[in-house]
Amino acid sequence: MSQSAVKEGFARALFVGAAAVSVLAVALICVFLFANGLPAMAQIGIPEFLLGTTWRPANDLYGIFPMIIGSIYVTAGAMLVGVPAGFLCAVFLSRFASGRVAAALKPGVELLAGIPSVVYGFFGLVVIVPLIRDYLPGRGLSLLAAALLLGIMILPTIITVAQSALDAVPQKYYEGALALGADHEHSVFRVVVPAAASGIMAAIVLGVGRAIGETMAVIMVAGNQAVIPGSIFDGVRTMTANIVLEMGYAADLHRGALIATGVVLFVFILLITMLFNVIKKRGEAR
Amino acid sequence: MTSGTMERVTTREAAGATRTTVVPSAGAAAGAGAAGGAAPAANKMVVSDLNLYYKEFHALKDVSLTFPENQVTALIGPSGCGKSTLLKSLNRMNDLVEGCRVEGSIMLDGSDAYRDVEVNDLRRRVGMVFQQPNPFPMSVYDNVAFGPRTHGIKKRAELDEIVEQSLRDAAIWDELKDRLKKNALGLSGGQQQRLCIARALAVRPEVLLMDESTSALDPISTAKIEELVAELKKSYTVIMVTHNMLQALRVSDKTAFFLLGEMVEAGDTDTIFTTPSDPRTADYVAGRFG
Amino acid sequence: MMAPWDMTAAQLNAASRITGPEWAVREAEVARRRRMVSSLLRGLVYLGAAATAAVLAFLVGYILVNGVPYLTPSLFEWTYTSDNVSLMPALVSTLMMAALALVMAVPVGVGSAIYLVEYAPRGSRFVSIVRTTTETLQGIPSIIYGLFGMLFFVTALRWNLSLLSGACTLAIMVLPVVMRTTEEALIAVPDAYREGGFGLGAGRLRTVFRCVLPSAVPGILGGVILALGRCVGEVAALLFTAGTIAQIPDFAAGGAMAVFDSCRTLAVHMYVLASEGLHVNETYATAVVLLVVVVILNAAATFAAKKMRKGSGND
Repeated sequence: MSQSAVKEGFARALFVGAAAVSVLAVALICVFLFANGLPAMAQIGIPEFLLGTTWRPANDLYGIFPMIIGSIYVTAGAMLVGVPAGFLCAVFLSRFASGRVAAALKPGVELLAGIPSVVYGFFGLVVIVPLIRDYLPGRGLSLLAAALLLGIMILPTIITVAQSALDAVPQKYYEGALALGADHEHSVFRVVVPAAASGIMAAIVLGVGRAIGETMAVIMVAGNQAVIPGSIFDGVRTMTANIVLEMGYAADLHRGALIATGVVLFVFILLITMLFNVIKKRGEAR
Repeated sequence: MTSGTMERVTTREAAGATRTTVVPSAGAAAGAGAAGGAAPAANKMVVSDLNLYYKEFHALKDVSLTFPENQVTALIGPSGCGKSTLLKSLNRMNDLVEGCRVEGSIMLDGSDAYRDVEVNDLRRRVGMVFQQPNPFPMSVYDNVAFGPRTHGIKKRAELDEIVEQSLRDAAIWDELKDRLKKNALGLSGGQQQRLCIARALAVRPEVLLMDESTSALDPISTAKIEELVAELKKSYTVIMVTHNMLQALRVSDKTAFFLLGEMVEAGDTDTIFTTPSDPRTADYVAGRFG
Repeated sequence: MMAPWDMTAAQLNAASRITGPEWAVREAEVARRRRMVSSLLRGLVYLGAAATAAVLAFLVGYILVNGVPYLTPSLFEWTYTSDNVSLMPALVSTLMMAALALVMAVPVGVGSAIYLVEYAPRGSRFVSIVRTTTETLQGIPSIIYGLFGMLFFVTALRWNLSLLSGACTLAIMVLPVVMRTTEEALIAVPDAYREGGFGLGAGRLRTVFRCVLPSAVPGILGGVILALGRCVGEVAALLFTAGTIAQIPDFAAGGAMAVFDSCRTLAVHMYVLASEGLHVNETYATAVVLLVVVVILNAAATFAAKKMRKGSGND
């Protein structure tokens, strides 16, 4: 009896320990990121770091404003591409597709989600960038290329989350609309979609999070010039790209500035995660 | 089309399987319903030789029935007898069921509901109130205005007026006039159901189908809706499915009894409940099965 | 304009007589416009779906067409040289890396899910903290994991660029994936199973392992496969933790110490090839191998999910 109680207690402690690991991990990530990034930020000067428009490590100039703007531009562009297509595709899968078509397309969307970002990046490099170079101004490596590619990459995130929100809308709303003489499209877009609005918003926010954090694919197609782009055909450097491009050889304050870039990105992501939770909670409350 | 229907009806009458007399007629022409009540009423809807299948399952067998204008017709029978199926085929909500197949004809004012009338138009003219209240997750106002907006009414003043009139007709205006902007999901079950009735009335239907619309409600809400139905039949033709025989007796003018997909008997409600001609009807209304 | 609810009944009736017939008159026009809008919406929906399908088909097709012809035996040589950019070392390193990461992440992830679902008291503060941190972990981009791994494992713990540093970083990264799927799988197990275990006098531990966990296995497996997929495709988290050296950690010679060898996984290998730009054909071929791995993993995950559904459907 007492032996089994000991065993039970031991197992319980192990499980609690396992559960604590994720808390510990988040704490460690915060501590190490902030401890290494904030001193550099302080040394550079917070306004100079966040709002400075010149990034020239050789001259000890560390302004990441172009990269913040770059991340925002690229993400916004990706949203313009990915949100309409992803939303419409989710509506298709949830309310238009026949069983056979959905059964064919759904695994395709899952495959799209599973393809590594380096494969996307390579695809962008050998297909999208040459297309832009040949038919549009600029060198091809551009904000436009990054936005198009990221738009494709966030499709599965948006489709999956939006579709499950649409699927969760009770059929009785749809039937109620039909019974009033509304046709299928009208019923779907005026009743089912509004009823799923918070879930669809959550899908978009999740897409924003993925787009702003994406690294490898963006590096391969964005051109990576550390200046604020003047047009969508100019190159652009995101915060993520900034870290990967220079971390390999950076030292001292330069290294600190790169980690601080990571801190800024991390704060962005935390805000997005919070926003996502607020939207989700509000959806559940209804 | 009409002549074809007529032929089939004649055959059925010759066979004499039911007492229902069917006179398909265009628009206003009057036909004596099986009810044979005091005032001769025009038949708003006429169902002839209806056979309905769900894949292999034969859900409705040779049903012929008329629904007189401005009367309440109750469809009664044990669960699974096909009464709800018949109701849903009147506004083609059965189209949503995969593998559902319909033979025979359903006429609305003399035109074939499955061939001559566009389905969305049919559903506007033949409104429906469901078993479970299903207000949309939006404001009371937007719920009622949904139908008119769908059918092209955009002017705020017009919508305001329709919303108020519909809520008044559904006898819920006084309760909701100060809560028009509130989410409809916050209403009580009885209020939700009357809101759904108002929503159905807002598209000016001609027929109102009620699919056990009080079965999910408390007795007080049920009584309110029954009162409402008595009022509504002045302007609408009401067809209701009910499990509650007392309800059928209280509110309907005409009753049709269904068993295992067949319509056993239809007629004046009083007759059906007091002197039914078929022993199965007698058994059912006496509560011996079902 | 008087608001309708201020009107008298007579005024209202007068008003509704105006709209009544008017409605009927414009019905045809309205119906026509409504059909047009609906066709447009339907067209857009089909377009959205078609675009997604077309992008997928084109992407996969393009990589396959350009890559399959270069899947030569020399690409699978045991050693990598700058002339023959064999992907074999990267492939083997990927397996080691993923296995090591999962060996760490799966027990922790499953254990914490067991605690959350089977042990934790309702409304416990600790549980809500764990849930929040898990959600946070899930949203963190891989480059942040890479930075953390570099600062913590590589620098602070002095593990250098190594298999172990990379695997630990990946383990933290996929931990929330394993946790979430296991949680869902455990929640899906009917309470009757637990009651059955407790009813026979089994302790909680025995009940969990004998009665609950077995029927959750397919769901957990689905999560593990998902995590494996993320390990295989990851680059940003590994560049500064495991490095880019194209060698297989030599466990035969170095023993357990080989976990401190630097190595590159297949995805990192492909990134290096693509950014060097010298071996385009081999890059295509490597992309094909990555795609094939992803397709196999997806199929396996789908199969596991199907099995899970079937399992809980039979109850």
